[in-house]
Amino acid sequence: MLNRYPLWKNLLIIFVLLIGALYASPNLYPEDYAVQLSGNRDIHQVDQPLMDTVTSALKREGLIYKEVELTSKSGLIRFADGETQLKAKQVISTVLGDNYVVALNLAPTTPEWLENIGAGPMKLGLDLRGGVHFLLEVDMATAVAQRLDVYVSEIKVKLREDKLRYRSVTHREDGSLEVKFADAAVRDKAQSLVRKDYTEFLLQTEDTDKGNFLIVTLTEQTTRAIEDYAIKQNLTTLRNRVNELGVAEPLVQRQGRNRIVVQLPGVQDAAAAKRIIGKTANLEFRLEAKPDASRGLTDTYEFRNEPGRRGVLEKDIIITGSSVSNAQSTFDENGQPQVSITLDSKGGQLMGRTTRNAIKRRMAVLFVEHKARTLIETVDGEQVERRIPYVEKKIISLATIQSVLGSSFRITGLDGGGESSELALLLRAGALAAPVYFVEERTVGPSLGAENIAQGVTSVQIGFALVLIFMLAIYRVFGLLANIALCINLMLLVAVMSLLSATLTLPGIAGIVLTVGMAVDANVLIFARIKEELKNGLPPQSAISAGFDRAFTTIFDANITTLIAAVILFSMGTGPVKGFAITLSVGIVTSMFTAILVTRALVNLTYGNRQLKSLSI
Amino acid sequence: MSGHIKVYNFMGLRKLATIFSLLLLLVSIGSLATRGLNLGLDFTGGSLVELGYEKEANLNDIRSQLEGAGFDGAVVQTFGAPTDILIRLGSDHDPKLGDKVLAALQQGDDQNIELRRNEFVGAQVGEELREQGGLGMLLALFMIMLYVAFRFQFKFSVGAVVALGHDVLIVVGFFSLFQIEFDLTVLAAVLAVIGYSLNDTIVVADRIRENFRKLRKESSMEIMNISLSQTLSRTLITSVTTLLVLVALAVFGGEMIHGFAIALLVGVTVGTYSSIYVAANALIMMGICKEDLIPPPKDDQEAVDELP
Repeated sequence: MLNRYPLWKNLLIIFVLLIGALYASPNLYPEDYAVQLSGNRDIHQVDQPLMDTVTSALKREGLIYKEVELTSKSGLIRFADGETQLKAKQVISTVLGDNYVVALNLAPTTPEWLENIGAGPMKLGLDLRGGVHFLLEVDMATAVAQRLDVYVSEIKVKLREDKLRYRSVTHREDGSLEVKFADAAVRDKAQSLVRKDYTEFLLQTEDTDKGNFLIVTLTEQTTRAIEDYAIKQNLTTLRNRVNELGVAEPLVQRQGRNRIVVQLPGVQDAAAAKRIIGKTANLEFRLEAKPDASRGLTDTYEFRNEPGRRGVLEKDIIITGSSVSNAQSTFDENGQPQVSITLDSKGGQLMGRTTRNAIKRRMAVLFVEHKARTLIETVDGEQVERRIPYVEKKIISLATIQSVLGSSFRITGLDGGGESSELALLLRAGALAAPVYFVEERTVGPSLGAENIAQGVTSVQIGFALVLIFMLAIYRVFGLLANIALCINLMLLVAVMSLLSATLTLPGIAGIVLTVGMAVDANVLIFARIKEELKNGLPPQSAISAGFDRAFTTIFDANITTLIAAVILFSMGTGPVKGFAITLSVGIVTSMFTAILVTRALVNLTYGNRQLKSLSI
Repeated sequence: MSGHIKVYNFMGLRKLATIFSLLLLLVSIGSLATRGLNLGLDFTGGSLVELGYEKEANLNDIRSQLEGAGFDGAVVQTFGAPTDILIRLGSDHDPKLGDKVLAALQQGDDQNIELRRNEFVGAQVGEELREQGGLGMLLALFMIMLYVAFRFQFKFSVGAVVALGHDVLIVVGFFSLFQIEFDLTVLAAVLAVIGYSLNDTIVVADRIRENFRKLRKESSMEIMNISLSQTLSRTLITSVTTLLVLVALAVFGGEMIHGFAIALLVGVTVGTYSSIYVAANALIMMGICKEDLIPPPKDDQEAVDELP
């Protein structure tokens, strides 16, 4: 008998190999050091004249660039080395100023025709290219409490409109609201009124000697919706802020119910990044209280830059930072830092209406920050972290209103240029819907990243070489065929990883190394079977055929079970573990293809077409 | 059939192997109970700073410098190279911790120190990862047991899971005994050990099943010996290739995946042993016999059909 593959099978294998080679090839092109430019508002477009300004500035400084690219939204300038890139970033930032984001980037040099078919290099994880990883926890309790506050005022208004007299509306410890009435009949009317208008509440009544109560609790569904909203809002805001930071290819992603992952490749100054990302700063604009105002309608706050000095403000808020549509940090006539603010139309109207009747009175700008104290307590012998959130509001300016304010005005009285640009950035990017806390932070320096890559590549190369030599020594010609299959396996693995745009991490490289070691297993199984069949007296061609056939179920079962372990690893793992699980899973699938189909094709090509007396295996 | 291959009397040593396995397990469990695991930052929470020195650093100097700067209870150790220092601190969180530590150490030193890595993991996150890790391991074992029971037979799946549990316990016990740091990547390695050891066990089980159906005269014990002897060369060759790459990884891969490589080196060695002695031994103990595998599903027929 002869061992031959039908033409279609050979063609299929060749087709898969060609596709694999095509999609693996972008990884051969080294990345360029680049600087990426983008406008931070729609009005600041990156266009050809701007690029010309930048390039002429670079020429003036004697910095040589390789190429300039302009897309609809951003520009990219490539450089030959990292040093020039860093210098160029300085130059470009100075030239463009505040209105543009200038970010360092590693730009792939994939040729256009490859890009057009969706090919691109594998992405490198933070542990390989350096950068900052944050895990933020969104304070859901605060998000829900904030929403409840809105409901409190709504319910109060409703009851007043219907002339239902209530004694008080208070928050309970468990997160529900307690409305107190003088008698049960009014309470029951109020209950049916609230029930009619709100489906998001669970209502209960309680009669004690202290009074008649209506207990309002949010339904599970509503709470979930509020939490979802808070997370989404925070994601948007965080994305805006990260964009303002000027990071190329950042990742901002929800993880689990109440967490957000932020990854900033290439960023080294973790502290600065954190200051911007985690800040729940907001502004409130309020009028100063009249001297005769009653206590219940006013709040007293300290000044931010003058501890000890206090101002008495009205409780009513004119607008908050969420009405701000643009903010720029500039300097006034005296060289003092200031923030020029533009309000949206609704904010402008509110501001105009209030200030019209308040000329010559003073208006305060309150700086609101959500903060938390962390207490470490020992409970039952275990250390437990407890965060006590609190809100800090301080006055940053209190100035006389000279004329009716419209939708644009300025805030002065800030500390130094750094603070004004940070405040402007935070106002532009929007406020966080709920406070966030950092629960995990990892920073990897760029030199460590480079070292990790170098060591990873070295160990793959050496491990690979050892396996190749070993297989050749044991199986000779068959070993050579298995080795070719192994090389193809590595290529396919890289191709699939690139195609999935999976991220390569250090444990991922370890996964590749392990796959190399384990991938030969299928071939070893097949060859061992062929040897056995030869010993059992089968002629060479039949032994080859029987060896491949008999080994198949074993290979299949063994690989499926390993795949189960890898998939579980992927689904429960985070970060580094996921990277390992991906390469392992992909490696199992590609190794089954190469070890069974490709090796068989190679064996058929080598031995299949002739009569064999003996087989060296 | 078996006449062409030298049959080793593996099962003759099974009592000795049982004692050996029990001994290893006892040491592992004992060490886990008394010494526990040296859990890494991923699981305990806390802060970690990695610094690169130009010249060899003196650990005692660094410790006293840190104490002087008010960092109490800092754990200082070298990381891979004598110029590479790892400092672990308690769980108070400070975004500028890395810079502060660097500043404190730079003061008393004229050489340039580089901040290579700075990590913080909240205690809550650490606890969750611990739970998830354990849960994932159990889930993996359960799913595999299900698959093996479906593809083979219940006794085989018990045998496979016993072998896996044996391997995992010994690897974890090894980390406990030598107090090697157990972090997320090591956990990933332990799960990979499950995958590898299983691979081995399935290959052997597959042959045992085949021989039970084919050889009618031989006793269970003899069938075990024949099957193990037939798969021996494959078991050894695969182990050697895997160990080769793991040694490369352990030697050249750098400190960050050293624990990973160690876990797999131990795991693959133990996994190879367990697929011979633990899984097969467990089958004998459960009294596996021909009736367990009859009526035989038309496996061989299927195999041919499934062949691409």
